[in-house]
Amino acid sequence: MIPWGETRLVQGNEAIALGALASEVRFFGGYPITPSTEVAEILARKLPEVDGVFIQMEDEIASISSVMGASLAGARAMTATSGPGFSLMQEGLGYGCLAEIPFVLVNVMRAGPSTGLPTQVSQGDVMQARWGTHGDHPVIALCPSSVRECFDMTIRAFNLSEEFRTPVLLLSDEVIGHMRERVTFPRREDVRILDRPIPQTPKEWYEHYHPTPSNVSPMASYGSGYRFHVTGLTHDRQGFPTRRIDEVVEKMARLKNKIVRRLDELIEVKTHNVEKSRVVIFAYGSVYRSALAAQVMLEKKHKKVGVFRPVTLWPFPDREVKELLDEKDVIIVPELNQGQLIHEVERLTSDCVRILPVQRVDGYAITPEQIVQAALEVM
Amino acid sequence: MAAILPYEYKYLRAKKKFPHVWCPGCGIGIVMGSIIRAVDSLGWNKNDVMLVSGIGCTSRMPVYLDFNTLHTMHGRALAFATGVKLANPELRVIAVMGDGDALAIGGNHIIHAARRNIDITSIIVNNFNYGMTGGQHSPTTPVNAITSTSPHGMIEPDFDTCALLSAAGASFVARATVYHVVEMDGLIRQALEKKGFSVVEALSPCPTNFGRANRLGDAVKMMEGLRDNSVTAVKASGMTPEELAGKIVRGVLSEREAPEYTELYRGLCARVQGARAEVAP
Repeated sequence: MIPWGETRLVQGNEAIALGALASEVRFFGGYPITPSTEVAEILARKLPEVDGVFIQMEDEIASISSVMGASLAGARAMTATSGPGFSLMQEGLGYGCLAEIPFVLVNVMRAGPSTGLPTQVSQGDVMQARWGTHGDHPVIALCPSSVRECFDMTIRAFNLSEEFRTPVLLLSDEVIGHMRERVTFPRREDVRILDRPIPQTPKEWYEHYHPTPSNVSPMASYGSGYRFHVTGLTHDRQGFPTRRIDEVVEKMARLKNKIVRRLDELIEVKTHNVEKSRVVIFAYGSVYRSALAAQVMLEKKHKKVGVFRPVTLWPFPDREVKELLDEKDVIIVPELNQGQLIHEVERLTSDCVRILPVQRVDGYAITPEQIVQAALEVM
Repeated sequence: MAAILPYEYKYLRAKKKFPHVWCPGCGIGIVMGSIIRAVDSLGWNKNDVMLVSGIGCTSRMPVYLDFNTLHTMHGRALAFATGVKLANPELRVIAVMGDGDALAIGGNHIIHAARRNIDITSIIVNNFNYGMTGGQHSPTTPVNAITSTSPHGMIEPDFDTCALLSAAGASFVARATVYHVVEMDGLIRQALEKKGFSVVEALSPCPTNFGRANRLGDAVKMMEGLRDNSVTAVKASGMTPEELAGKIVRGVLSEREAPEYTELYRGLCARVQGARAEVAP
């Protein structure tokens, strides 16, 4: 089913489906929406072959709900959506964060707002991924820039979701999703698949949210003989609703700390000539590809620029941006939106650094030429 | 009146979660008792029972019961339950919802769960209004009734829950009232035993909100209303439409045999895998 070790021409969305199958996904609940539908179509064909469940639900709210039900019953579970579907899933995403349910949510970003440009690219959901649900909690979001990364990052998303007991977002975009590239798949033995921590305690002592040093509690599944309660109300260690201040504070701190105390395991950035350059392009997703091309084009004009790419978008790589970018003259931030991560870069750098936006919201990709032009204006 | 039997405590998280949140005179606890007695009469192991709910007064029920319990988002009980059931078909999945939860915000999910005929038992406690938020109108609020969001009288027609879900494809549809407790025990037991999507609509008084707004009297008076205004399905079959006007019909209202979804899905997996085995060298 997975072309381990082989070289193939593969589409981005197809690579996500293959990455999910490589991660032993056993439940997909989804609803058709452009430009993510291929993920569902491929899994509809493949999951019955491995006794996995594919179900097309009646809407995106039902999709994310069914995914959480399946995960609580022990299945590795996911959904994939775009634009309006991602908006509909926000309440469910918050439920998953609070109730600490592992699953993967793929959002192949398309141009909005509203129905927008359904077949065209954008990076408009980056802040929605972080702040879209009501309430306050950290999230994990990864952002691929190539077809091979779609495969690898889906596996990583599943691993992180199981390991951290939390939903993980994979923020792809229409260009990456529909692009075809030659991909050499890793060998089976080189890929690590992680499982959620399983309780070792006797059933009568089990606490679904037992405090641990890592802040991640071992997790039983429905039907395993461990009986427990799960609720979207703020809850105590056993999972029962509480308003006691000490218990509420403990819960909220644990949700935060399980992410922010393990940033080294979560944060990934890629840099190219950043140390040696006075001008750096900050880019992610499909725009990162244009940034790399722009770097080469500028090199030919004897202009040296670096490229900084956050691979993990959330939690944001604060320390890396501060350490590597704060002393620069200019940071060029090309984004397929009207300015989202640019504000994070501004937050982390001093006023002496000039931040130059290159933005596009017409549904087309940012070209290397656009970035080159912006760079030449300041160099 | 059903006696409170000691075995009921076996199913309650008695030391942990009581007292409960329900108002004096509320009927939801009676429905909970019926669920316990129905499950006990079937001899099911608590580890195999999965109780899922949405949001609202009725949806607080799972926290009190010592089963596998899941209190989800408003309206989404059946969407979560569908995922649980498909991931572990051995679980006996029950969804408890109020009228607003099941039929307004969850209306889309319930008609599709019925259409799929997935093996889940839905118990809808219908008290004709949103109790937890203080008595607003719901899809089952009768015409002309007063609620806090229909202060001049309800002008929208109400759903006939049982007819709706029967038409949507449910395998078993019944109506009970919390006055006729022994009858409700039996109907819930039948629904639990039925393979496929089964529904019991349990009519229940909300004296705090709906009863007070409509001057229906106290809880006892509202219970007497359920007694005096209802007839069994058997008796109703011999009555004229004029005689039936304004009456609540209790009992099994529709039942059919149809393929169940998780079994169909397992059949599909076997078919796909068989076809692959044939093409394999």
